[in-house]
Amino acid sequence: MSKMKLTRRAFSYPYILFMMIFVVLPLVLILVNAFMANGELTFKNFVNFFSDGSSIHTLLISLAVGFITTSICLFLGYPIAYLLTKRKSGRYMVLLFTLPMWVNFLLRTLATKEIFQALNMPLGMATVIIGMVYNYLPFMIMPLYTSLSNIDKSYAEAAQDLGANSLGVFLNTTLPLSVPGIVSGITMVFIPTISTFAISELLSDRMITLFGDSINLKFTQDMYGVGSVMSLVMIILVILSNVLMSKADKGTKSGGAV
Amino acid sequence: MAKVKVQQDNIIELRGVKKIYDDVTVADVNFAIKRGEFVTLLGPSGCGKTTTLRMIAGFEKPTEGQVLINGKDVTDTPPHKRPVNTVFQKYALFPHLNVYNNIAFGLKLKYVKDGEAKNKLGENCDVYRKLTKAEIDEKVKNVLRLVDLEDYGHRNVASLSGGQQQRVAIARAIVNEPEVLLLDEPLGALDLKMRKDMQIELMSMHKKLGITFVYVTHDQEEALTMSDTIVVMRGGEIQQIGTPQKVYDEPANAFVADFIGESNIFSGIMREDFVVELAGRNFECVDKGFKKNEPVDIIIRPEDIKIVKPESTKRTFEGVVETCVFKGDHFETTVLMNDFEFLVHDNVECKVGDNVTCYIKPFDFHIMAKSRIINKIDTYMWDEGVVEICGGRFPCNSTLPSDTPVSVEIGFKDVEVFDDEEDGIIGGEVINSIYKGNYYQCIIRTDDHYDFFVDTTDEWLKGDRVGISVAPEKMSVVEREEKEDE
Repeated sequence: MSKMKLTRRAFSYPYILFMMIFVVLPLVLILVNAFMANGELTFKNFVNFFSDGSSIHTLLISLAVGFITTSICLFLGYPIAYLLTKRKSGRYMVLLFTLPMWVNFLLRTLATKEIFQALNMPLGMATVIIGMVYNYLPFMIMPLYTSLSNIDKSYAEAAQDLGANSLGVFLNTTLPLSVPGIVSGITMVFIPTISTFAISELLSDRMITLFGDSINLKFTQDMYGVGSVMSLVMIILVILSNVLMSKADKGTKSGGAV
Repeated sequence: MAKVKVQQDNIIELRGVKKIYDDVTVADVNFAIKRGEFVTLLGPSGCGKTTTLRMIAGFEKPTEGQVLINGKDVTDTPPHKRPVNTVFQKYALFPHLNVYNNIAFGLKLKYVKDGEAKNKLGENCDVYRKLTKAEIDEKVKNVLRLVDLEDYGHRNVASLSGGQQQRVAIARAIVNEPEVLLLDEPLGALDLKMRKDMQIELMSMHKKLGITFVYVTHDQEEALTMSDTIVVMRGGEIQQIGTPQKVYDEPANAFVADFIGESNIFSGIMREDFVVELAGRNFECVDKGFKKNEPVDIIIRPEDIKIVKPESTKRTFEGVVETCVFKGDHFETTVLMNDFEFLVHDNVECKVGDNVTCYIKPFDFHIMAKSRIINKIDTYMWDEGVVEICGGRFPCNSTLPSDTPVSVEIGFKDVEVFDDEEDGIIGGEVINSIYKGNYYQCIIRTDDHYDFFVDTTDEWLKGDRVGISVAPEKMSVVEREEKEDE
């Protein structure tokens, strides 16, 4: 019995090793770097970052872009996912919507840029957001589709039976029951949007720099200290939004008011 | 005037209602339900009972025919506008709402009449309003008390036991005060003891509420216990409608007899009025009006066969005991007479191999016409010496040219059944198997939906795929006239 346990556990060693080298170690390095400047322990990097108006500005712009992109993805993606679950061919149609993900994202973004230029569209905030939505829409549709298609049809029938018309069925059963899908869709779009780099740089001709881009910039300029502080801020944002989202998810399950 | 009243007594009427999915008729029914009745739709799975219920609820639209509720045609009325509520098979309680809000769901959507007012044209019209919070609260609390869940309002539905969820589902339906409560196998997911308790509770609820219950089940015992009227269904068709007593004592055909309670089912021949031949002997019965020598089905309930003393004057036949098992309140004995097995429920213990004398009252021979005495198929010749039946090509002794319209007749005993579908000329599914004393009568449904009746000594399991073939000399092929040229 004990032998069995040992052998089973052995399968996890490669993964643990991988995690140590590629996840835990970098995190430790970021933490160390954030508190180091010129070889000594200090808060200087934090002071540098939080007193630099442009960094804070980048952060706020990133959050705004993330918020707008996520909202557009949700409002575009929900009806699509909902309609797909109503059709028998929905399973295959979903693949079509995820087809763009098969193309490398840099190539895709460059191609998008060419299209904007061909259409004589000025590159700026609008093009950045269109590019973001284009890139992240599949990540919204997928979880929404999964969660909507897993809702048992009998709930809708029960609601109808109790006197709900089709709008009532949607508002009272389908929508609340799809909240887990909405939550994971938001998480899968919002967090990558605020941390991504290259998309905004390419689609705005370097006019708009998002948080991900500026972290990239700091590290390429050998400013490891400030870069690490920014990475820490990023991690805290990710944790924060995950906590918020799981709270929203739980709130719907515990059965509060309608 | 009287006639109008009779019609109003029927709360639900299904007029020539048919439901067809992909060319298969899953329900073809025509019946009415009286106000206040407890009606059970009973039948094996796939008999169309749930489809029928769903057509009453409005979830399925009949392909043909009309559904009437309260004399009004509701065939095209969506479910949310029908005065019925459903208790679903797996309850379908909303997981995002607690018990209280599940029950209040329907009430929150409801509009009630609230006086009259004049509209812009000066006509009187009804004013509707939503229920107030206090009204909803009162109704929910009342119904929670009715189902014994007073303190469970705030509970999450997932934290309830199966029986409690069942009660919430019932409460959620009846709180809307429907005229008809539809129940789709509501007790299927409960264990035996719980099921018995709920049966009694449902019956008392039916009395208390005074509304019509339409109950779907495959459990014959449940149906016999609870209902005022049983509708026995098979293959989408109604086999019999009657009180539990009537359905049990006077089953309309061999299927009903086999499905409801245990029974001895035999094939016999009606020699003349009041005389039936069974197992090579003539017996006295109380039935008349059959043709002379007409083949019939004979049904005898095991508890109607009595084991009597050999010197008794009231005696019907002698036989040899094959098995005898104690069943708690009776002995289940099989008696062999002329190679026919009789199942007997009596409180006499017998030894295997004993000779016993049995008595059956003439009244207890239930005799019914056979639904079919031969398999008859209208089809066409494929070629000389080959006839097409249900998509398969059967060699036959007929020399009619190809494409001649023909009638093929095949006796029940002449159909050969194979374990392996590939060994037969065509394949089919065993949909029914009834033991008839010394052989089994199976019904095998081909992929063309033709039902072959087959007499066989082997037992075939319901739902199994089997192969069918027929020896050429056992097939009678006769040219027929086509009714209409196409």
